[in-house]
Parts: sequence; C-alpha cells; structure tokens
Amino acid sequence: MKNFRKTGRGRIRRARLISFTFDDRQYQGFVGDTLASALLANGVHLIGRSFKYHRPRGFLGAGSEEANALVTFDRGPGRVTSNVRATTLELFDGLVAYSQNNYPNLKFDLGAINDIFSMMFPAGFYNKTFMWPKSFWDKVYEPVIRKLAGLGPAPTEADADHYASLYGHCEVLVVGAGPAGIAAALAASEKGDRVILADEQNELGGSLLSNPEARIDGQLAWQWLDKSLETLWLRKNVTLLSRTTVIGYYHDNFLGLVERLTDHQGDINPASPRECLHRIRAGKVILAAGAIERPLVFAGNDRPGVMLASAAQTYLNRYGVAVGDNVAVFTSHDSAYETAFDLSDAGVKISSIIDLRADVSEILLQQAHERGIAVLTGTVVCGTKGRLRITGVRVAKFQNQKVSNGTEHIACDCLLMTGGWTPSVHLFSHSKGSLKWQDDIGAAVPDMANENTLSVGACNGTFGLSAGLEEGSIAGGGGNPFRTEETEFGTGQTWQTLPTNRDPSRIKAFVDFQNDVTEKDINLAVLEGFKSIEHVKRYTTTGMATDQGKTSNLNAVQIASKAIQIPVQKIGLTTFRPPFTPTSFGALVGHRADDLFDVTRKTSIDGWADDNGAVFEPVSLWRRARYFPQGNEDMHAAVARECKATRNELGIFDASTLGKIEVVGPDAAKFMNLMYTNPWTMLAIGRCRYGLMLHEDGYIMDDGVIGRLADDRFHVTTTTGGAPRVLRMMEDYLQTEWPDLNVWLTSTTEQWAVIALNGPHARKLLEPFIDGIDLGPEAFPHMAVREGTIFGVETRLFRVSFSGELGFEINVPAHYGRALWEKLFNAGKAYGITPYGTETMHVLRAEKGYIIVGQDTDGTITPDDAGMSWAIGKKKPDFVGKRSLARADIQAPGRKQLVGLLTTDPNIVLEEGAQIVATPGQSVPMTMIGHVTSSYWSTTLNRSIALAVVKSGRAQTGSNIYVPMPEKTHEAKICATVFYDPKGERLNVV
Amino acid sequence: MLLIKCPYCEEERPEIEFSYAGEAHIVRPTDPSKMDDTAWAEYLFIRDNTRGVHYERWYHIHGCARFFNAVRDTISDKFIMTYKMGLPRPADVEIAKVKE
Repeated sequence: MKNFRKTGRGRIRRARLISFTFDDRQYQGFVGDTLASALLANGVHLIGRSFKYHRPRGFLGAGSEEANALVTFDRGPGRVTSNVRATTLELFDGLVAYSQNNYPNLKFDLGAINDIFSMMFPAGFYNKTFMWPKSFWDKVYEPVIRKLAGLGPAPTEADADHYASLYGHCEVLVVGAGPAGIAAALAASEKGDRVILADEQNELGGSLLSNPEARIDGQLAWQWLDKSLETLWLRKNVTLLSRTTVIGYYHDNFLGLVERLTDHQGDINPASPRECLHRIRAGKVILAAGAIERPLVFAGNDRPGVMLASAAQTYLNRYGVAVGDNVAVFTSHDSAYETAFDLSDAGVKISSIIDLRADVSEILLQQAHERGIAVLTGTVVCGTKGRLRITGVRVAKFQNQKVSNGTEHIACDCLLMTGGWTPSVHLFSHSKGSLKWQDDIGAAVPDMANENTLSVGACNGTFGLSAGLEEGSIAGGGGNPFRTEETEFGTGQTWQTLPTNRDPSRIKAFVDFQNDVTEKDINLAVLEGFKSIEHVKRYTTTGMATDQGKTSNLNAVQIASKAIQIPVQKIGLTTFRPPFTPTSFGALVGHRADDLFDVTRKTSIDGWADDNGAVFEPVSLWRRARYFPQGNEDMHAAVARECKATRNELGIFDASTLGKIEVVGPDAAKFMNLMYTNPWTMLAIGRCRYGLMLHEDGYIMDDGVIGRLADDRFHVTTTTGGAPRVLRMMEDYLQTEWPDLNVWLTSTTEQWAVIALNGPHARKLLEPFIDGIDLGPEAFPHMAVREGTIFGVETRLFRVSFSGELGFEINVPAHYGRALWEKLFNAGKAYGITPYGTETMHVLRAEKGYIIVGQDTDGTITPDDAGMSWAIGKKKPDFVGKRSLARADIQAPGRKQLVGLLTTDPNIVLEEGAQIVATPGQSVPMTMIGHVTSSYWSTTLNRSIALAVVKSGRAQTGSNIYVPMPEKTHEAKICATVFYDPKGERLNVV
Repeated sequence: MLLIKCPYCEEERPEIEFSYAGEAHIVRPTDPSKMDDTAWAEYLFIRDNTRGVHYERWYHIHGCARFFNAVRDTISDKFIMTYKMGLPRPADVEIAKVKE
C-alpha cells in the first residue's frame, strides 16, 4: 500500500505506529492522527455512501464541518456511536470504525441504483411519491426508505458509559483557541479575571496548527503557540478546555459546553465519565469560532478526492499527509494558492490551478510560476471523472460570462476547491444576535449583539492572522502587541451554481453533500412556489442534516436568492439552532440516568413495604406500595385478599403521600371559603369536611378531607399528585388577589407520616395505645379530628374513611412513621391485620363511588357532572370557580355525568378509557357518549364494577349502554355510583 | 437560561428557580356574580399575545415563594425590570429609560 505521509511535516507523534481497523481492514497510523488523516495517509479516500443516491463519497473537510465522512465508531457493546465524523475522530491503538449506508459493501453498493434513477428523487419526493395507498406507508415505503436512505444505525444496547456535568462561572469565556481566541484570552486574563478558553479540537491553536510558516513576534507559529498556551496554563485564573465543543449559546450568557474525556483513549477506564457537560455563566463571551471554507457548486463536485483546499492544507501541515500525488486546485479565492504552494513545496505535483477569475494577483501568478504550476485563469470545471476516486476534470474557458464549448481534460487524483469563506456565526445567532450581509466576502457577519458578546477574527469576517490577533487582543481588553509575518489572506469571489457548457438538467452539482441536495433541487423548490428560505430549506432538506449545512448553507441561500430573484441581503439566513455539532444524549442527561433519572419520593414506611415484598408503582414523584403479594399471588389474587381482609377484619395502609397544607391565621376560614366550594365558617373545631377545589373555570381541580383544629387553623389534605399545584394556587390568590387576608400557608406533606386503619376492628386495635382522645363512637364521630398521643407520640387522629369501613388516619411526625406502623402491625395480628396497597385502596373506594380527581375527572368535570353539587356552599357569595359554574355551557343539558356501570356479564372487567356508545352495531365512526373512568373486579360483590362519564348519564339510570372493543361489544347498565353499603352503615360499626 | 431578579430577594437568580405565572395586571373582579358571560370570559380566557414589551407574573417557587411582576421583551426574551406585586404597571417612559 502506498504511503502518503510526508517526512518533516505535521504534528503527529511518529515514534510508534499504531493500528486501527476500518471496515474490518487493518491500517496503521500515528498518535495525533484523526481517522481521516490516517486513512488518507494510507491512500483511502472512499469513506462512505451518500444519503439518498448512495454515491461514493470521500473527505470534504478536515474538521467538525465535515459533511461526508460519517462513520460508525465501535468501542464494544454499549459503546457504538454512529455518524461520527472521521475528521474529528482521534486515532488510538485498536480503534475500530465502519462505513455506513451501503450494502453489501462500500465499493459495491446496491443502493447506488438510486443515483441512476435520481430523477425519481427530486426535492420533496417523500411528499410526492409515497402518498398512496395509505396502508403502504408503514409496511412498504417506510422500511424500504429506512434501509436505503439514511445514516448509521441507532445503537441497540444501553449506553455503557456514564456522563458528568459541572456548572462554571467566569468573567470571560473565549470560544475557539485559534490566534484570535488565544490573543483574547491572553489579554483578558492579564488582570486576574477568570477566563475559560474552550476549543472543540484535541489541540488548541486553530488555524495556527495548519499554518506553521507564519511568524508572530519573530517566532514560528507553533513556537508562539506553545509559549502562549504555557503563559495561559500558568495563570491560575485561566481554564483551558480542549476537546470541548460549545454546543449552544443561551440567554444571559449561559452556554453549554461538552467536553469529551475518553473517546480518544485506547483503554476505557470505567470510572471515568465519557463526556462532561459544562454549564457556564459568563460575564462576557468572546466568540473566536473561525470560518468554514465554502465548496464550489459544479457537476460531480462530490466525488471522492474532491475536497476543500483548506482541508488539504491541514492534512499536510498538521498530519503530514499528502491528499494525492497529482492535485488540481479549483478556486475563486486567493486563499487556495497558499495550499497549492504548500503542497508543491512538500513535493506534491500540482497539475494546475483552475481559477474562475480572469484577473488574478500578479504576485500569486509569479509565485505559481516559480514553482512551475500552471494557472488557468478564467476557467471553470464542468465535470469530474472517476467512480470511487476522481481521475480527472473537464475544464472550459469562462470569459465574458460565457463558457466556451471546447473542453480540456486535466488528469488529477485529487481536486481541491475554494469558493470563499463563511464566518462561523452559529453561536452568535444562537444568542439572537442579528447578522448583516457583507458583499465583499459574500457572507453574513455579526451585526447587533443581544448579549454581552464580541465576535473576533474570521467569525467576524476579519480574515488574516494579524487582523485576527489584533481584534482578539482588543476584545480581551488589551492593545495589539503582535508583529506578524504571513501570507496575505487575499480576496475572492463567491458564486452560486457555476456556469457550465453542459445541459444543466443532466448534471448533479451538489450543494448539501450530507443530505444529497443539488442545485436543481433548490431551483425546483423555487419553481414549485417556495419563496421563503426557511420553506426551501424544509422542502429540499438542504442544511437539515447532522452537519446543519455548515458547508452548504451559504451556497444554498445564494442559489435560492438568484432563483427567487430577491437580493441575497434580503432573503435572510435559515435559523441556526443548538447544538453546534451533534451531541450525545448522555452528555445532556449527565448523572441523571437510571436511578437518578428523576426524584423518587419515599415515605418513612417505604422501607417496611420493601422488606415485606411490596410491588411498587409511581404516583407523581412518589413510589407507593401497590400490593403486597404473598407466595405466588398475582396482583388479582393479592388485591382480592387485601380487599376481603379490610372489609371483614382490618387493613393497614400507608397514606403518608397525601398532600398536606396547614392553613393558619385569623382569616383562615375566610380564605378557605374562597378557595373551596364548601362552607367553612360553621365547621366546628375538631370536625372534618370533604373539600372540593375548582379552577377559576369551574372544573374540579382537587379534593381532600380538611380538619379544623382551631378557630384559626385548618389541616388541609390534598390528592397525592395535587399538593404542589394546590399550594401554588392558594399562594397565588393569597399573595396577589387577597393580600389583605391574614393567612399563612405551610406545606406539611413531609412532616406527617399517615397510617390509615380501615375495617371493623380498627377502633379495637387503636384504643389501648391512644392517650388524650376518647375513641368512643359518640365522642369521636365519623369526620372528626382530635389531637392526643399514640404510644406517647403526638398525633393528629382523624376518623375518616376512604374505604367505606370504620376508618382512622393516624398522623404522627414523619420519623415515627415506621415505628408506629410496626407496633400497630404486630399488635394487629390478633385482628388479622393485612397491609394493603394503592390497588386495593382504589377498589375499595370505587365500590363506594368515591372519585379520584384526575382519574374520574379530567379537567372538564364540574361538581355537578361528578354528582357532587352537595359540596357547594350555596350561600357563599364567591369562591374560586363559582362564577364559571353559571356559564351557559356548564348549565347546558347533555353534559357528561359520572355514573356507575354494571356489565351484563359480571365477569367482564371493562377497560379504563374505553369509549361508550348508546347503541351497538353503529357504523364507524360511532357516536361516542362517554368513557369508562374506573373499572375493577370487586371481590366484595363478586362481580365487576365501573365508573364512567356518560352524556346525561344520571337521567339514563337503568338503561343499557355499550362498550365496543376490538374483540367484542360489551353491554352494561347505568346505575348509581355507590355499589356497596349505600347507606354508609359500615362506617359506624362498633 | 435567563437570569431573573427577584424583587423580594433582591438578587439575580437562574431561571430554574422560577416558574412563569401568566400575564400580569389582570385583576380578579371583586364581584364576579355581577359580570355577564362575555365579561367573565374576557377575564378568564382572553390574554394578550404581545410581540415586544410584555407584563407578566413570575413565581419564585424554589426561592422565597413570592409572586412578582416583570416587564419582558418577548422578542429578545430579556427582562427589562421586575417589581413587587401590587405596584402599578410601569409607565412606558420608565421602561424606555431602563431599556437604554
């Protein structure tokens, strides 16, 4: 295999050869290489197949702007990353990577048939072609398109790595460690300000790394770089972050930075996070992000071997790799000459420089002449040859805006192109800074900043080493202490589609390489009526690939501008959005994976449930015991046993998750009157009332039992999930509407552990352990609350029931919860005490027709809809939601009302959420009159029961309704919502 | 992530400490029963959808738990000022002065 490595060039460490495999073939490279540079050193240009047409593709660039060279990076199970740019993938010994989007292999790809039939795939072809029949979409079109068009495969295994995150603060954040960024950091850090300098590459230095001949202050570029980085390194107020991409620039100078920590290391240290997300709040942001070279748009500009001139310069000077033996250069900008001269000086043959411009600087021509390089001015490339690698170009004279017919063939194994430079305004745009068009460079540059930020160097349209250093230093608060010697950056022209002497309809000139968008697609989109650049973008998908059009956007905008006939200054740019480059989900998630994914709230009794085999379920952020299976019981069997025990003997339930709010103050009752539908003024101390809370729109928001402990003190309970929003709404009204009320609200949810005892033996178990409260049925009636002690611990004891049985809810300070539970459980064994979970709680309450807000209500249910008009204080002049209950629509007949359902077949348990119709056998779509809200098997009744909302349901009590399901339509009878003990006698069992 | 100055804490704190609470200076009618359906619907549902200077409420939910008012530019997303609940809507000139 031929070696394209050039001695004496590059920053790679040649001391030791390292091995890597690409598509199962082994190659060798050096530490300091990227996968791209190492493959190029081995003469490999073919790296992938294109997205749509499966055309062979090579390396377009040498950095993060790369559009073509996407590979799958395989570090073993759980560590496979697709769509990694080979140009940024650092080489290590044993690296394994694969090409993508080809079958059976990269050199012979069946999908390339798309290229031949490319007329079938114009802009918007998805929308146009795969419309009909509808059933074909998921069975035929979608799988085939997925297989043929696309990028790398999604990983199939869970990510084996972990990720870190850090917050950071600094006075100055400098983005990009090229000459302008380093100059800014040097100046900004001089006086002790905290400075962070971040760069996406493994080495800091930016363009200096590719430009060793330049001199700053009399030193060669790399010497100056070493010295400057050392100065920064020694300053304690400076943080240097390499391999760190600034992915987004958000409000008030808040930026996201992803630092890659292990992807470049051969050995995986499982203790080390793979990436770290830095969230930085900066006083000032200096953007020194550089510029991206622009391709030229001509037929066959996508063949392997066609690349950006600056990339070739980087491969030569940074990696010591020649991109070919016989290189042609095609340009409309002076900057390409420097690359040609560098390559020539390194001994690479430059077959010719093809310059679109008729007039080129005499100095450049002279320098070319000295090196024996032919320069063809006023010449255009009309086509390229070669299948898996370019073998030559067809050129024609371009004079007086006309391309001559005759073509000349120039042999080459590599074609470098320069169509001008595009300042990297991505981050500036993230921060909502506005852009302005700069005609002389044919690109948009920063205009008005929306944040405290300055753009310096090439990203500001300031090209050239000396100008960049000066701008950077001044932005950092310094002067301009630098003396430079450099090749002049020069000037150039920018073009849309290049002129050609061929039939434009028969050529493919690519604009967006990654999404396979040609200039024809853009023109077609405009022809079909798309006039906004944002629409053209979406219709053609130009700029919508993983590279977000870093190399293509400006060409696309200029082509569209010409086609729409709106000046490019007015057409605008498409919106840049974070992230700047593709970012792993892991980096964004950070530590918050697996068990730390979200907060899990646990009650003080949770550990007992865990020890005793509970099956848990999440209820809002809480984890609650759902049931306690014994032996081989499934949920059905366990719930049946728990229900039976509670109805007949004694059940014990952890109700600690109930939301609790202490409402205190001289105006507490007045406030409660306004917040809840019920009247509170007359509620006696020591008594409880079921409270119903509405939104101002009249719909049920929350409910709970509320006890009055003193004239000025209410113990409010809320639903488990509703506590935060109830408190928020209370605070809102109290602070903003009725600030004159003297009331204080305190969340006490986590202060109290709550144990519910339900069942005929509840009082018998409790009585011996209580001091200071008479538990007798008259002294302590249903819906009463007392304060006293239990086992000597202070308690708020409620006599309430959510099961229909004699019930108590014992509140004790949270840290006594488990001890109390264990004492009651042990003592309760004499009464057959049975722990039960939320599932049994649901069944027991449904048997009694008690609603669960959020299950039987859905934000469109009024108190009357739920059959709870009794909960409304009719004499109250006002409460939240009252006025809305008088709205015409809420008063109108035909509203859905809560009813009970009994299926004709008692063994059928309806599905919750199932739709209800009035008559069976209707044609689809049927007229739906409601839906099932709660449905259970009732062991107590030995049949199924359900709650539902049905239009005018209460008036239809006794009639049948129907629940059509895929397999069968079920019949059910509308009944009252209370299925068990409708008179409530069991509450008062002695 | 925005920085928001809580007028009660008198500190700039990151947005995650706060929760948005809708348009500001919409006063709940003192006697809703006297309002007709249209007027009530207006109070209940109709909100401005301003492009530019917007008066809105924020809740320092993970801080002092106070509701306060703010003037924010919905184009730039920037806060122009925040002020305590109950204070009058700042005059245009005042806003213009701060914007300077």
